[in-house]
Amino acid sequence: MPIRKDKRERYVEVEVSGPREPLWVRCEACGELIFKRKLQENQYVCPRCGAYFFLSARERIASLVDPGSFRELPLPAVPEDPLGFADQMPYRERLARSRQETGLNEAAVVGEARIADHPVTLAVLDFRFIGGSMGVAVGEALYAAQAHAARARMPFVFVVSSGGARVQEGVLALLQMVKVVAGRELLAQNGVPYIAVLTYPSTGGVLASLGSLADVTLAEEGALIGFAGPRVIEQTTGERLPPGFQTARFALEHGLVDQVVPRAKLREELAKVLEVLAEEP
Amino acid sequence: MTDEERLKVLEEKAAELRRLAEQDGLDLHEELAVLERKIAELRKQLYLDLSAWARVQLARRPDRPSGLPFVQALCEAFYELRGDRVVGDDPALRGGLARLGGKRLVLLFHHRGATPEEQRASRFGMASAQGYWKAKRLMEVAARLRFPLLTLINTPGAYPGVQAEAHNVAGAIAACIWTMLRHPAPTVAVILGEGGSGGAVALAAADRVLMLENATYSVISPEGAASILWKDAKVAPKAAEALKLTAHDLHELGVIDEVIPEPIGGAHTDFSATVDGVRRAVLRHLEELSRLSLDELLRARYNRYRHVGAQGPGA
Repeated sequence: MPIRKDKRERYVEVEVSGPREPLWVRCEACGELIFKRKLQENQYVCPRCGAYFFLSARERIASLVDPGSFRELPLPAVPEDPLGFADQMPYRERLARSRQETGLNEAAVVGEARIADHPVTLAVLDFRFIGGSMGVAVGEALYAAQAHAARARMPFVFVVSSGGARVQEGVLALLQMVKVVAGRELLAQNGVPYIAVLTYPSTGGVLASLGSLADVTLAEEGALIGFAGPRVIEQTTGERLPPGFQTARFALEHGLVDQVVPRAKLREELAKVLEVLAEEP
Repeated sequence: MTDEERLKVLEEKAAELRRLAEQDGLDLHEELAVLERKIAELRKQLYLDLSAWARVQLARRPDRPSGLPFVQALCEAFYELRGDRVVGDDPALRGGLARLGGKRLVLLFHHRGATPEEQRASRFGMASAQGYWKAKRLMEVAARLRFPLLTLINTPGAYPGVQAEAHNVAGAIAACIWTMLRHPAPTVAVILGEGGSGGAVALAAADRVLMLENATYSVISPEGAASILWKDAKVAPKAAEALKLTAHDLHELGVIDEVIPEPIGGAHTDFSATVDGVRRAVLRHLEELSRLSLDELLRARYNRYRHVGAQGPGA
């Protein structure tokens, strides 16, 4: 399982040797060799130094919902590669590779689940799939999830792990920002609550649309939250970034989120929120 | 040799012929006529078949009609409203009450500035969080008054800065999109120059989206795409082509409603013709939209964005 490394060395890479899953992985933040099973038990947080690894969408779902409660929603088919885009690699090939690497059809997984027995509609982005970026398919998935939540009158939970809009789909990707906000409007019209969970990373067009419009916004400890990536800001403005810039803490201090939650407590925290939101019997 | 360069060479040759004819009294008017016809053809060709990259350059020209002078020429009256009421006022994204073709509306526009001081202050039209919070406030003014909303877009993108992040520029853009989507009156967006990413879409969730012929609308700058996807900033012209960011491309993709023609040579060659073209198009669309009931208007707008990109082969 290739896991990409954060520029700021807070995230770590899992060593892959040969075709078999490795037993041991190395935390590049602290150098510790970790038994893979132990890391899984610790929800991909380094047991020694606390560095956060990426969670795949499936792992994220497993970590949040009541065991066995997730039922995936079928997603509408969309035109693939609407621009006929090719950079160093044709976009179709990039999609095929991402599918093979992740076992997912696209960067979003959506479904129904229970969290501490509260029914929810859940949408989770997978950063391994072209950076969790939002193109037409992801826009459709997030719209469909919200429409489902609105219809079924279940709270909508959205776990963000995305670099932003998918460049390979051009303006069509940009306009998915409007589409997912149209979905947001459906929730509002039906009085259905929306809880966002911002993780690493929550940036660009996903943050500048649905990601910022929740009723309750939680930030996972170790999240990166910002419109523009740190490198873009440094390059464009020449500004020196203050320590802790765009971290979950920074977001909390600047009033952008309601709470910062360690990964191990996220499920519990969501349960608390859902408990308060649950309709009276 | 690029077409631009070829055109320049031909123009120089024509000037030389004219000089020769004058100095030496030679009868060169046939040769001159041929040359001038060639020049006219090339000019037309050049501006009809401009490459995406050439249009990016036109869209970015500092003398491109846009900003406050454009608004003042466009409207019978404009009264500027300032400030986001929380942090400050952003000179890169401005707006106010306006009267256009007799209609009352609220107008929002990017202002890149004409002088170096203005350009510095407005960061070349890159609005920060205050700009987008102000835009949201003005959209709410328009909603309360049931005024149509007109936005004139010309920005490289929202400003990427430490203060912008601290003041939640992402949240401000999201709030603009949501507010505009719900607007209880007609909305028209016109991309005059650069329609840069989130900073543009924040003002573009409209009933009608129009573009000047050489304007661009893109998820990322060609330079940004080149350096991220090709790892080579020099392939920006290729990236511009691949991104399908021109008005004609986007009209073909069905994401914009109309391409407003520009004077041959580009909008900067004729300010008032450009303003007139935009005014006519905007008034026509406002007129069409005014015939819809509020319910029809919102349903059509909502359906447009709910389905964007999902139709076509494979769907």
